[in-house]
Amino acid sequence: MRKREKEGFGPVVYLLFAALTFLTFAVSVSLGSVRVPLGDTVGLIWHALWRLPLPETASSPSIILAVRLPRVLSVALTGASLSLCGGAMQGLLRNPLADGSPLGVSSGASLGAVIAIAFGLTVPSLPFAGTMVMAILFAFLSLIIILALAYKLDYSLSTNTIILIGVIYSMFVSSIMSFIITYASDRVRQITFWTMGSLNGSSYGNALVLLITLLVFGGVILAHARELNAFAIGEENAHHIGINTRRIKLIIMISVSVLIGVSVSIGGTIGFVGLVTPHMVRMITGPNHKRLFPASLFGGAIFLMLADLLARMLLNPIELPLGVVTSFVGAIVFVFIFYRARKTGRA
Amino acid sequence: MLDVRDLTVRYGDLTILDRISFQVNPGDWLMIIGPNGAGKSTIIHAVSQVAPYQGEILLKGRNIRDYKAGHRAQLLGVLTQHHPLNYPFSVEEVIRLGRYAYAPWIFSRSDDEGEAYIQRAIEQTGLGSMLKQSILTLSGGEIQRVFLAQLFAQNPNILILDEPANHLDLVYQKQTFGLLKDWLKKPDRAIVSVVHDLGPARAYGERALLLNKGKVEAQGPIGEVLTEANLNRVYGMDVFAWMRNMLGQWQN
Repeated sequence: MRKREKEGFGPVVYLLFAALTFLTFAVSVSLGSVRVPLGDTVGLIWHALWRLPLPETASSPSIILAVRLPRVLSVALTGASLSLCGGAMQGLLRNPLADGSPLGVSSGASLGAVIAIAFGLTVPSLPFAGTMVMAILFAFLSLIIILALAYKLDYSLSTNTIILIGVIYSMFVSSIMSFIITYASDRVRQITFWTMGSLNGSSYGNALVLLITLLVFGGVILAHARELNAFAIGEENAHHIGINTRRIKLIIMISVSVLIGVSVSIGGTIGFVGLVTPHMVRMITGPNHKRLFPASLFGGAIFLMLADLLARMLLNPIELPLGVVTSFVGAIVFVFIFYRARKTGRA
Repeated sequence: MLDVRDLTVRYGDLTILDRISFQVNPGDWLMIIGPNGAGKSTIIHAVSQVAPYQGEILLKGRNIRDYKAGHRAQLLGVLTQHHPLNYPFSVEEVIRLGRYAYAPWIFSRSDDEGEAYIQRAIEQTGLGSMLKQSILTLSGGEIQRVFLAQLFAQNPNILILDEPANHLDLVYQKQTFGLLKDWLKKPDRAIVSVVHDLGPARAYGERALLLNKGKVEAQGPIGEVLTEANLNRVYGMDVFAWMRNMLGQWQN
């Protein structure tokens, strides 16, 4: 009998991914308005990690430890979360152009966050919880509204329908957002931040929340790689081979909403990461989610760290919002993918 | 094994199926026959729980709605007619998913018995040489064979087939019907299939359900259902004369 090949990656590939991610991480922390040699950065992180006394020679430890480290950590975790979400939605909806941003889920989440800010909704004793809960809630509501509309219009959930509804929904959401901005004009700056997307000023607390969310809900998504393979082949076929399709869909949609909701509540809408990374990763790993998901996690972290680096360095000392960079790159890639898919008749 | 009672399907004001009842017993091969739009595929959609319906469908004496998805899939497998594919999964990945119902959790112990079913399914459908090929590069007939292999790997007790020979050339058509006939020889198995082509339906089916405009026109042993009077009435033409005429083309 032929020996069965393992569908996932071996340990060597994981080590390679980890090394690449760490390298990007270290470079990302070193570079910026103040440059710190790469060796010093790694040394500083090492010392801080083991709570050793900081070496005398270290240049500007406070910039590294208090500002850049938590920020780059948050960037990496957000990138990993958003890419995993994109990969999961693309598999679930059998559509390579699905993702939080074209679908309008992230704009829905940011509407939730904006409402929380404008109306001062907070949970006592937890300063961030108000925006976070609202962002998650609105992300989930948006997903349900969009999918319900799409199913009503076109049961097969074709690319065109999804994009059309996503665009209409995003416009609808932004009109409400403009309305709120007019109403709560004293908080315009804070609100604009959410619509642009930036992880400037993220704290270790933010990174921790992102990490826990990714471990729990990312873990749930990773555990359903095989079901998502079946969805990606065909929802009806998935039903026939014994998958409870409604339950899986709900589990994935809730996980995606929480991940996107938390990401948006911390970093605002960072568009197209979830679309572009899994798509590029799929070209290399193939569509099997047992390989696609782990590769997307690392790929998303690397992609967003590089985008963040670009946002900081391009017009140094002026910093661009991260969402501007990713949307700029992402929109171009999106058109390219759409064009290619149409040419091969797969959209 | 399968007991369908007063199956009714309506889309708005339109009645697609009107109080259809039939039974499938072990060893049966039931052919669902009828002209276009008679409701043949709708029966399959209802039985496989894809389309909403009224009435009762009992699988091994229990309402099919009460089964968990995985348990249902171990008893009842479905081959659909259309497979809209979007991603380049390999032939092997698709076939292996047929075992999902037996090991649904990532931590489920390895399904050794399943490996044997998978290998046999690959052999039977002649797909051994294209296991690594992307399903997007396959022809319609090859895709049909991949999903047939997945169904054999799933190994349910009842096969529900919507046009199993669709897209297949003559060689594979003959082979597929032969395969299904062999499959049926083991105990506690049955097949329900929608077949367009009256020739193979008559040759392989034991019983038939003749449908017309959502109503049962006749059912019973295939010889008693596919009579000249029944077919001419349902199809509105002289079916026997047409079939003889077609056959006559090959006499010389």
